[in-house]
Amino acid sequence: MIRFLINQESVEIDDARADLTLLQFIREYKHKTGTKEGCASGDCGACTVVVAEPNADFSSLHYRTLNSCITLMSAVHGKQLIFVEHLSDGNTLHPVQQALVDYHGSQCGFCTPGFIMSMFALYHTASTVNRDDVLNALSGNLCRCTGYRPIIDATLAVCEQQADDAFSRNTASTLGMLRTISTEGNDTVGTKNLIMPRDRKSLAKAIKDNPTAMLVSGSTDLSLTFTQQLKNIDTLISLSNMEELKVCTTTSHSLIIGAANPIKDITPALLEHFPQLAELVTRFASLPIRNQATLGGNVANASPIGDMPPALIALNATIMVDNGVQERAIPVSEFFVGYRETALKTDEWIAAIEIPFLNTHQRLAAYKISKRFEDDISAVCAVFNVTINEGIIEHVDAGFGGVAATPASCKSLHDALVGKAFTNKACVELGKAVLMNAFTPIDDVRATAEYRKTVLANLWHRFWLENQSDTTMTTRVVNHA
Amino acid sequence: MRKLIDSPQQKQQSSGRVHTSQKHESAIRQVQGSANYVDDITEPQGTLYAAVGLSECARGKITAIDLSAVRASEGVIDVVTIDDVPGHKDIGPVFKGDPLLADGEIKFFGQPVFAVLATSVVLARQAALKGQVTVDGETAILKASEAHQHSAFVRPSQRFGQGNPDEIIENAEHSVSGTLDIGGQEHMYLEGQVSLAVPCEEDRMNIYTSSQHPSEVQKLVAEVLDVRLHRVMVDMRRMGGGFGGKETQAAQWACIAALLAQRNQRAVKLRLPRNVDMHVTGKRHPFSNAFDVAFDENGKITATRMEVNGICGHSPDLSDAIVDRAMFHVDNGYFLGDSNIVGHRLQTNMVSHTAYRGFGGPQGMIMAEAMIDKIARHAGLDPLTVRKRNLYGASTGTTTPYGMEIEHNLLPEMIEALEKKADYWQRRENIARFNRNSPIIKKGLALTPVKFGISFTAKHLNQAGALVHIYTDGSVQVNHGGTEMGQGLHTKIGQIAANEFGIDSSMIEVTSTRTDKVPNTSPTAASSGTDLNGKAVQNACITLKERLAECFAKRIGRDELAQQVRFEDGHVGIGDEKMSFSDLIQAAYFERVSLSTTGFYQTPKLAYNRETGEGRPFFYFAYGVSMSEVSIDTLTGEYTVDQVDIIHDVGKSLNPAIDIGQIEGAFIQGMGWLTTEDLKWNDSGKLISENMATYKIPAIGDTPATFNVELYGKENAEDSIYHSKAVGEPPFMLAISVWCALKDAISSLSGYTIDPQLDTPATPEKVLNAIISTQQMMDSNGSESSSHSDSDSKTAAELALNSNKVSGG
Repeated sequence: MIRFLINQESVEIDDARADLTLLQFIREYKHKTGTKEGCASGDCGACTVVVAEPNADFSSLHYRTLNSCITLMSAVHGKQLIFVEHLSDGNTLHPVQQALVDYHGSQCGFCTPGFIMSMFALYHTASTVNRDDVLNALSGNLCRCTGYRPIIDATLAVCEQQADDAFSRNTASTLGMLRTISTEGNDTVGTKNLIMPRDRKSLAKAIKDNPTAMLVSGSTDLSLTFTQQLKNIDTLISLSNMEELKVCTTTSHSLIIGAANPIKDITPALLEHFPQLAELVTRFASLPIRNQATLGGNVANASPIGDMPPALIALNATIMVDNGVQERAIPVSEFFVGYRETALKTDEWIAAIEIPFLNTHQRLAAYKISKRFEDDISAVCAVFNVTINEGIIEHVDAGFGGVAATPASCKSLHDALVGKAFTNKACVELGKAVLMNAFTPIDDVRATAEYRKTVLANLWHRFWLENQSDTTMTTRVVNHA
Repeated sequence: MRKLIDSPQQKQQSSGRVHTSQKHESAIRQVQGSANYVDDITEPQGTLYAAVGLSECARGKITAIDLSAVRASEGVIDVVTIDDVPGHKDIGPVFKGDPLLADGEIKFFGQPVFAVLATSVVLARQAALKGQVTVDGETAILKASEAHQHSAFVRPSQRFGQGNPDEIIENAEHSVSGTLDIGGQEHMYLEGQVSLAVPCEEDRMNIYTSSQHPSEVQKLVAEVLDVRLHRVMVDMRRMGGGFGGKETQAAQWACIAALLAQRNQRAVKLRLPRNVDMHVTGKRHPFSNAFDVAFDENGKITATRMEVNGICGHSPDLSDAIVDRAMFHVDNGYFLGDSNIVGHRLQTNMVSHTAYRGFGGPQGMIMAEAMIDKIARHAGLDPLTVRKRNLYGASTGTTTPYGMEIEHNLLPEMIEALEKKADYWQRRENIARFNRNSPIIKKGLALTPVKFGISFTAKHLNQAGALVHIYTDGSVQVNHGGTEMGQGLHTKIGQIAANEFGIDSSMIEVTSTRTDKVPNTSPTAASSGTDLNGKAVQNACITLKERLAECFAKRIGRDELAQQVRFEDGHVGIGDEKMSFSDLIQAAYFERVSLSTTGFYQTPKLAYNRETGEGRPFFYFAYGVSMSEVSIDTLTGEYTVDQVDIIHDVGKSLNPAIDIGQIEGAFIQGMGWLTTEDLKWNDSGKLISENMATYKIPAIGDTPATFNVELYGKENAEDSIYHSKAVGEPPFMLAISVWCALKDAISSLSGYTIDPQLDTPATPEKVLNAIISTQQMMDSNGSESSSHSDSDSKTAAELALNSNKVSGG
């Protein structure tokens, strides 16, 4: 059984297809048509809905935007699903709706419900809001008509004057209903086709019982299998209820991130310890995707253009895998074995990723190059982690995306640079020469091979410039760190 | 009617008149998700769902189509090919060439070959993947050069011009040549193509479609079904974006849905998934253009040769008029001296490219700015100085290459206003200083004008109709031939009607566009929606007001004063004698006065002879000026647009908020066209930028942090509706300032001596390539050289395109 609230109404589902999307559920089952399909791939945000989820002790609600077109029903279990039809209070528009009307922020109106939901979530999550917060919150919503200016202004204005709305006034009763849902019934969570284990033992059993079923966490990539390729998927094992895969802790020497913890939720810890990853983390798809997608998923699908693997490679992370009986640690350098292939055995899953802290001699930078800054896939991604002791390069770790069939490292860069004085300009040309020839990338829709190689080399130049001790030079047109 | 309803209380004040920023008429429903689009309409009982099966090669003869697996697929009800069409098989909007489904041959990769009907959307789409189409493949023509080699044209070439440019150019002391490849553009309306066909009694058919041209959908559906037009009704409430992409491109899906609905006598919905939509619908034409221009030592142009090559795809569609409009705009706001303008319509094995905001104008206009930049770098002048020296006027000339006289030119004063307001020369200095001290990041600045001709160049389309009903409670229903795609047309129309009757806009209901209310309408295109339909509605209102005024004058026994009756503030009267509008309506009803009428409008003054290439294709011009500042990263080619300042001419604005919305939206869309929106086809002719993950329209973070838009506010000198001006397309081309600013930043690497070659879209990769070649040229020339990039550009002649191929000139 999957239990959740649609606004204030309690709903149970026990017979849905595994690959039923939340958008199909809303439009085709509930016949509510305010939520739109623009792309069915999580790229436009016209389908954005909000889920409110209780914290651990049911004392508050957290509002999260999702792309309903690529979200499975498992994602709403135990939560309150809110879509655009729920926002008005009778004939009174919600403040975010009124603001968008007042600022002339809708033209054709097709993207509007999605924007409204993103504005609504921001209204409920941020106390003070600046322009960057607005851009971040609305980064997953495309509008083809307005040029966004009135939407930005409307969002800034309405978030400046936050007041209670029907949702905040109903918090106690919503939490009460969610608590009831979470405790009632002894039946299995999930459905026959959408299995939702709650601990490693039941996860191991689910895998054993359904050897061909795929594991799914945020579903932001897997969903494309059925929304774009139109394949039928009979059975899925969802990790969305696996609390033990959502840890985020530190040891004396490392950060340990649970595999099924959404990128959005691990961002504070990640950036606290690795602020240099800001460019990658803040440009990881869009907010609604980060609200769902997980680090484990980003690693497990082993895409050569995933945003995080290059960083994990450069940081010498360890992939902690489990099969319910035995855990083992795989160095990330050994994890990606081929195009979208990993070292995971069929009965294993990724439990966590451990990232060792930097020492004081390590300089880290992460660069992502794409056609568009927001919500784009990198043509090239480069993460450099260089140990410099008393001016001498001791070690070079680097991870790259978009240049090979897998996320890649580059040992020859280390070999070329180790022992050199970092301030020596020769380091620039040495590194560039290595990187120009280190990979044989391909021409594709995002870039040519030539551009990829040139930029890879130039990013080393950028790293060198940025890490000179006396530099004040501007080296980027946008600064995310 | 035996008894009327009680006359409602009229509000005394009337809001929503013209020249005020009334809210979009659907805004409140849009923010609540209760504004319905075609896919949101409650489906009739037993609705079925259609999908199309596509070709998997770009060109060849079809030798076999095996649809057995499609028919056997779960949930399938019916499958059709071109052989199942009872009427016309070709749905070309102007010229033939667009079969409803592939007719014996494949003309582009992704061409629909068959359609399938099933019990659910997913089942239909899954079945559509199972067709086996065998094709005897032929070599596809994919590039402009290949089309020229094979003399593959969808329509004859055209030319016009003035004087003898060849002689001047050959003998000129100063001349430059250049080429530019200009990318196309996916419309990326957020709502994809969709139609719902509902069969009615016998052979009648109702169509609900997302289309800018309901009358054409009606005609084509009737032709495909082999019924008369009066048996088909098309209803269009609103589109989730159009931008030209639903002018001709919506009809095919309506026709296929209607065909399946007629055969099965069931309601049929055909909604294209995004990637199919991107494969099967036409885009903005890519162009490959070239120029030779002669000028004097002050950078003043003396003669221009220009060749524009529109890459049209497999069929004519609207390409004849689109390439015409490109030719009409290669001058932008500049006097080109003696001129020879040639336009070719190249046939390629691609989806047939189509209307898109600007309709070829942008691909012509950018050439004027490319020429100016090149002249400026050659002459060592600031590009703005060269722009100002070449504007139409007494010191240059006032005749366009197509022989139209420029009157009421606003560009000199508008440029001066923006130059001052946005502080061009101070910022030019600041940028020079910044660039001197910043080795990696460079800034660029450009101020460019827009002069855009308003009217359909196909004269007969410049007409519009309206139907206005007044009901006995004083409420008014307005119908007109225009369609609402977000541009605020219905809002402005409502304002016009409210203004005419002097009543509150809440008393006006603008209904969905329906072919049974106003027949034989033109597409909502060419920025003309308000100009044409606004006047038609106004004319209908005037007719009704005349009847009401006469009725009122009669009531007060002063028949002779009918001319002086005024309609304002919800009342009708003469001096102190007045009554509420709704009371008068009730009185008029009892007096048996007709409370319904039509209105009609045709644009005056148009006289263009396409045979001679001379005349007046446009009623007037809309003007705009924009200034953009950018930063580029010389290591990666990444860039940001940091500040944009715009002054735009909409005449006397009917609705300033809506007009500013059009300007901002058009600018950002134009910026997308020139920067990140990168259409890519592979060597087989397959579109590989086929979804929103691989084709990037501007996102919210691309909005310039400083983005100032101001309306110029001078009323249209021509008699347009309340002396406003059309606004849909012209501001799109303001974004050319972004492209020029990027080039300016790159040119700074050469001390502004080189005009970099920057084909569009200027992706970070193209910008980096331009940076690298500029640096290489500087290295090879020595830094003191005043060289320019003529050496690496082909002349128009070298493109092997000559006027022999021109006809009709």
